[in-house]
Amino acid sequence: MSLNIIVLAKQVPDTRNVGKDAMKADGTVNRAALAAIFNPEDLNALEQALRLKDKHPGSKVTVLTMGPGRAAEIIREGLYRGADGGYLLTDRAFAGADTLATSYALACAIRKIEQVDIIICGRQAIDGDTAQVGPQVAEKLGFPQITYAEEIIEVNNGKIIVKRRLERGIEVVEGSLPMVVTVNGTAPDCRPRNAKLIQKYKYAKTVTEKQEESEDYTALFDARPYLNLTEWSVNDVDCDVKKVGLAGSPTKVKKIENVVFQVKESKTISGSDFDVEELIKELIANHTIG
Amino acid sequence: MANYYLDNTDLKHHLTHPLMKRIVELKERNFEEKDKFDYAPVDFEDAMDSYDKVLEIVGEISGDIVAPNAEDVDHEGPQVINGHVEYASGTKVNLDALVKAGLMGITLPRKYNGLNFPIVPYVMAADIVSRADAGFVNIWGLQDCAETINEFAVEEQKSRYLPRVSAGETMAMDLTEPDAGSDLQAVMLKASYSEKDKCWHLNGVKRFITNGDGQISLVLARSEDGTRDGRGLSMFIYDRNDGGVTVRRIENKMGIKGSPTCELVFKNAKAEICGDRKMGLIKYVMALMNGARLGIAAQSVGISEAAYREGLAYAKERRQFGKAIIEFPAVYEMLALMKAKLDASRSLLYETSRFVDIYKTLMHISDERKLEPEERNEMKKYQRLADAFTPIVKGISSEFCNQNAYDSVQIHGGSGFMKDYACERIYRDARITSIYEGTTQLQIVAAIRHVTTGNYLNQIREYEKEPINPELYNLRNKLTVMTDLYEKAVIKVVETKDNEYIDFHARRMVEMAAHIIMGYLLLNDATRASSFRRSAEVYTNFAQSEVRKHAQFIETFDVENLADYRSY
Repeated sequence: MSLNIIVLAKQVPDTRNVGKDAMKADGTVNRAALAAIFNPEDLNALEQALRLKDKHPGSKVTVLTMGPGRAAEIIREGLYRGADGGYLLTDRAFAGADTLATSYALACAIRKIEQVDIIICGRQAIDGDTAQVGPQVAEKLGFPQITYAEEIIEVNNGKIIVKRRLERGIEVVEGSLPMVVTVNGTAPDCRPRNAKLIQKYKYAKTVTEKQEESEDYTALFDARPYLNLTEWSVNDVDCDVKKVGLAGSPTKVKKIENVVFQVKESKTISGSDFDVEELIKELIANHTIG
Repeated sequence: MANYYLDNTDLKHHLTHPLMKRIVELKERNFEEKDKFDYAPVDFEDAMDSYDKVLEIVGEISGDIVAPNAEDVDHEGPQVINGHVEYASGTKVNLDALVKAGLMGITLPRKYNGLNFPIVPYVMAADIVSRADAGFVNIWGLQDCAETINEFAVEEQKSRYLPRVSAGETMAMDLTEPDAGSDLQAVMLKASYSEKDKCWHLNGVKRFITNGDGQISLVLARSEDGTRDGRGLSMFIYDRNDGGVTVRRIENKMGIKGSPTCELVFKNAKAEICGDRKMGLIKYVMALMNGARLGIAAQSVGISEAAYREGLAYAKERRQFGKAIIEFPAVYEMLALMKAKLDASRSLLYETSRFVDIYKTLMHISDERKLEPEERNEMKKYQRLADAFTPIVKGISSEFCNQNAYDSVQIHGGSGFMKDYACERIYRDARITSIYEGTTQLQIVAAIRHVTTGNYLNQIREYEKEPINPELYNLRNKLTVMTDLYEKAVIKVVETKDNEYIDFHARRMVEMAAHIIMGYLLLNDATRASSFRRSAEVYTNFAQSEVRKHAQFIETFDVENLADYRSY
């Protein structure tokens, strides 16, 4: 049976490779100094989607991302790896969204896409680390959800079987479609970009990107219609403007603090059984472990 | 998070050589496939951009997957299970990544699902993968056996086998036997035609076969009963799906341990003939070997790169006598020379690849239509140059990678002798490059006629005429002095008309020509990019002393001195 799969993906600053100018003086992230990358766990999610497509020929994998114009790169990265298409949710009104406003916008967009079987996304993004967007999307759409997935084992007759990686072990669960699945970083890495697909899709662009370029792409895009990437605005997905972006975000940042670890906070203990035991007791007492 | 293409800007320099314009134009037949295949380029810039982007994928896989797996693969190695090869687990992961990335069938035509890339970017991919793991590159790089099928098999065979290669099936070329190594005329594996089954059957033993259990193999076998020389040999295609070949053992080797070197037993193995009977050795093995030699040259350059980088990193990090050891002249001289040899052999590698690209593509075009007279001349010119350059690039780059691996270990001191550092593996992996696909001594045999016919000298004279940055004139002056010494030495040797004497000095003369050629190539590089200036200077100094040494030896050595060297 062929499936209609949506992968939710986010373009994030590469917080794993942080240089000294990564933070601004006011304590906010200096996005200009960090490379914009495909959120790592969303790549794990994309791989799960592509594996389903391998197993169920005729399935369709669509990447949905929300962000500024340059986030179109996320859709291209998806296409290079085997996705069939994508949508970029982009509008000034979406800017400044917290997880509630983001999941609302994504849910509106998903309603525009016909007959969705599975929505797969990364557990969390490395810029916010909230792990809220996937579950919120599920709630808004009224879909069941399976979080912390490591492997989608099987999809058959409207059922999905998933292996979850939890703190104390693994769990295999079954649910009914349509389903939202959030994927852990422990799931298999995403396959590399493909040599043919990168040649096929490298000129894929959104309308806005085409307008920004000096070159005239009309002939090329007429001959190769699959190079047109779809942009959706607030109006295209029938969003309530009051519920998106900064306006729709109840989360307000009150204060940002720089946490600097001081060397004096360190403590040296000997390797003796007694010292190790004392340390364990202390860590259990202050809830660092256990 | 390492990318072995992006972190090495020298590669892009070679990829963007001016001759690429002509190569791409020929290879893409003026971009006639742009409306037929969604991944075909529309123009030159598009094609070049695609090579760049695809090499970026190769660089990422090499840096992030292949290189981190190299040590485990070296320890684990492949094994034989029920007569078939089981790769090391890391090898499987590497291969899977390259297959999923669509990096098989790189040079094959699009109608066989290939990428239709020229040789230059393919060789560059091999250069990059070799830096990550020189043993692994053999398994992946044997895809260039498909070129032989593409060149000589009939259309029906091509359409059956080539798409399988593009889809990721691996290949092997089964030439060597226990009593037929360098001398392939002695091949005895028996091919007999069965009237009953209407097919050929192969019986016998092959030895030292790299990736001998690959899905599709090219097998050299004796099809003509009662013959004893090369004229009785034909080329066959063996499909593993048909069965009949078992792996008796995998050799336990010094290096490239991840690459399974197999002893194969053929028992009534069904096979089909490739090309014409009796042309196996004379025509097809020669084509196969020339491609493979370029592959080994790429492997050697990749190993040189790895050796240099390991040596450089250690020399910067290791402190003795209160400073980093790279600050000592004895160490920095070693590193400068390593880089110069690396750069020189890499320039020769891509120069040769360009020659092969032009002539091979014109040859394929000549199957499609009649070539114009100037195209025929162009094909002949580049074929001659490819023939002349292939043995020297294989010979020199493999010797240089051994020298660089040796120096890399030397820089590491006692630590380099331990298994803890990558240079130890690199040193072992390097050793085979000057042996297989024809030893350095056999490359000299192939190269010497280009010394005696003047092909090298003519090409050197062409290089002399090329415009260069005026700041490099002093280097060119040194090279013209070397060329005079070379010319003089060759005249002295050739004039004796004594074949033994010519053979005795062959390596010296070939090396002199190679040093001068690489010197000129580096002048060209340094003219195009100032970053090559240092290597041009260092290499010219090195080449000068080597050329003078050889010239001196030849000048004072006469035919009667041979007696001192002959075995008694």
